[in-house]
Amino acid sequence: MAASGAGARDPGLQPERTRLAWRRTTLSCTVVAVLGIKLALLDGATAAGMTGLALSALLWIGFLAVAHRRIRSLDTPRPRVLSHRGALIAAGCTVALAVCGAALIW
Amino acid sequence: MSDFVQSLRLWFAPRRIRDEGETPDYRFSLANERTFLAWIRTALALIGGGFAVDQFLPDLRWAVRVGLSLALLAAGVLCALRAVNHWIRCERAMRRGEDLPVSRFPAVLSLTVAVVAVAMVVLVVFGRAG
Repeated sequence: MAASGAGARDPGLQPERTRLAWRRTTLSCTVVAVLGIKLALLDGATAAGMTGLALSALLWIGFLAVAHRRIRSLDTPRPRVLSHRGALIAAGCTVALAVCGAALIW
Repeated sequence: MSDFVQSLRLWFAPRRIRDEGETPDYRFSLANERTFLAWIRTALALIGGGFAVDQFLPDLRWAVRVGLSLALLAAGVLCALRAVNHWIRCERAMRRGEDLPVSRFPAVLSLTVAVVAVAMVVLVVFGRAG
């Protein structure tokens, strides 16, 4: 590759695109977390509702933390591969949000 | 089924993948990561849809409303699990220089979404009329 000098930027902007994909995904997660919190508050301040609210908020923060770490690690010309842990935590938070919401709906 | 168990084992053994084949061009890995994120967003959209059905269609009967939203939530969960599985399998295929894995999942998912959408339209229209 001709342009592989130190700090050379990928002409296809792959790291930037991946960073923005993480941002979009965080935004989607925020929308779902807000809907989940609204769901938790539907019946007023019950114990189940408060638990659901706290869990949704925690899961959202977990997702945010993974996304933030990854976005920071993408800030180099040649980022490393996404870690298994990161992928599992991101998917795990998504699944847990769904389970939490299912328990509230039921 | 044994295929599934084997790939489940890969989820928690990142080193086993790293030992195989050669590290692909970082751009391919990033493209794979974006595909993973797109599937996670699809999962989140399905989950959000499930929450929305429960909150914004209160006129439906309890069983119908809960059934629809649980179906959407289940689809979202499947989608998120499959996102991880597909990401790992693609990563491994790229390291080994094999063809990328193909699957029926996108077709099944789109059919499911279409069925749920039609069911929702019918329920909302006839629920209002009835």
